[in-house]
Amino acid sequence: MGWLMKFVNSSIGKKFVMALTGSLLIMFLCVHLIGNLTLYFGEEAFNSYVSTLDIVKPIVRVVEFILALIFIFHIYFGVVLWFNNKKAKPVRYKINASSDSSTLSSRWMIWTGGFVLIFLVMHLSTFWYAFNFSGEVEIDGVHQYYIIVTDWFKDPVYASVYVLAMIFLGFHLNHGFQSFFQTFGWNHKKYMPLIKKLGTLYAIIVSLGFASLPIYFFISSLGDK
Amino acid sequence: MNNENLNLALHIWRQESREAKGKFEEFIVTVSPDASILEMLDEINNRLEKEGKIPIAFESDCREGICGACGFVVNGRQHGPLPKTATCQLHMRNFKDGETIYLEPMRATPFPIIKDLIVDRSAFDKIQQSGAFISFNTGSAPDANAILVPKEAADASLDAAECIGCGACVAACINASAMLFVGAKVSQFALLPQGQLEKYERVQEMVAAMDEAGFGSCTNTYACEAECPKGISVINIAMMNRDFIVSKFRSKEVES
Repeated sequence: MGWLMKFVNSSIGKKFVMALTGSLLIMFLCVHLIGNLTLYFGEEAFNSYVSTLDIVKPIVRVVEFILALIFIFHIYFGVVLWFNNKKAKPVRYKINASSDSSTLSSRWMIWTGGFVLIFLVMHLSTFWYAFNFSGEVEIDGVHQYYIIVTDWFKDPVYASVYVLAMIFLGFHLNHGFQSFFQTFGWNHKKYMPLIKKLGTLYAIIVSLGFASLPIYFFISSLGDK
Repeated sequence: MNNENLNLALHIWRQESREAKGKFEEFIVTVSPDASILEMLDEINNRLEKEGKIPIAFESDCREGICGACGFVVNGRQHGPLPKTATCQLHMRNFKDGETIYLEPMRATPFPIIKDLIVDRSAFDKIQQSGAFISFNTGSAPDANAILVPKEAADASLDAAECIGCGACVAACINASAMLFVGAKVSQFALLPQGQLEKYERVQEMVAAMDEAGFGSCTNTYACEAECPKGISVINIAMMNRDFIVSKFRSKEVES
C-alpha cells in the first residue's frame, strides 16, 4: 500500500482524491434532490418516500457510512491542499487582477465549500438527527417527517441560511463539475466547452432545486398567519 | 497615432536581497508611447546611475518575446495586461497618460526574490533536469524519417514545446502551481513516439521534482493559460494528470 499513500500525498494524487470524491458527491446531490422534490407532491408523498427508505435501513446505513467517508476525504484533502497552496503563495500582489484571468467560482472553492460545510453540520443536526434518533418521527402511528421539514423551513433564519448555502453550493458545483474532468485528464478540445456548460446548468438546477423548497414553504407559511 | 509622451506614476518593488524587506518606491516619469516597458526601466536606470543611486534590477535577454528571461507583474498581471505577450513586448502605448502602474516581482515561495524584480527560477531547472529528456545513444544523427511522427502529434508536441519557461503560470496562479509548465514539458515528449518509451517514468520524476520544489497544486482556475505569453493550453495539464494517475496505478512497484 506504500505506493497508494505516496500517490495520494503527491500534488496530483491529492487533486485526484478531490476529483474522485467530488464527482461522487455530485451524483449523490442528484439523488438527494430527486428525493427532496417529493415535498412538492404533498405530505403523503414525502412521508411515504422517507418511510420507504426506513424499510431498507441497513442499506441506507451502509450508504451513509460510505458517504460520510467521501465527505471526510473531500473536506480533509481540500483543507490540506488549501494550506499547502497558501504556503506556496503567501504574498499577494498589490493590485488584485485575478478576475481578469480566472472565474470567481474557481478561486473561491475553499470558501464556498466551507460555507456548505457549516450548512452540512446544521443540516445533519436538524433533519438527519430528527429523522433517525429523536423518536419524534411517529405520533399516534402518523409519520411526522413532512411536518418536521416544513416546520424548519418556516423558520426565517433556517430558511435563509439554507438558501444562502445553496447559492454557495451552486458556485462550488459550477467550478467543481468541469474541474473533475480536467483532473482526471479528460480535457478534450471538442467536449470541454460542452462539459463546462453542462456543469453550469447542473449547478443552477441543483442549487435552485434545493433552494426553492425553503422559499416555497416559507412563503406559503406567511399565508397561514 | 498619438505620439505625445506619457506622464506616469510608477510604483516599483525595491528589495536589496533575499532576506531584506522590500517596499514600493515611487518614480514619476515621462516616457514615449513607443518605448517598451523595459526601455522605460532602462531610461530610469540611466538616470539613477547618473544620480549615483542603485539601478532597478530586472531580467531580460532577447527582448523579442522568445527567451523567457524577462517577466514581472504589471498591475497584478504577469507580463502586463496584453494576452500572449511577454513583458519585453509590452509597449507604453498600452497605458494611459497619468496612469499609476505597480511593478512587482513574481510571488511564489519556490521563486525567492533575489533583488528588486528578479526572482530565482532555478526550481524550473531542477524539474527539467529530473526528466525532460529522452535517453538516447549519442553518435551520428539518426535518419530523419526512421521514426514516423504523425502530423497531429508533431503539431501538439510543438505547441507544448513553445513554453519558454518564463514562470508566468506560477506567478499568475493563486496557488503558485507550476503545473502548466510541467504539463507542457511532460507532454512535449509524451506526444512523440520517441518520448513514449519513458512516458510514465518521466511524468513521475518531474511531478516529484515539482512537489519537492514546493509549488502549489492546481485548482483548475486556468489563470495560467490566460497569462501565458505563449498561450500554452491547460490540456497539457490534463494530459500530465492522466499520465501520472495511470503511471501510479499500472506500475508494478508496490512500495514506490
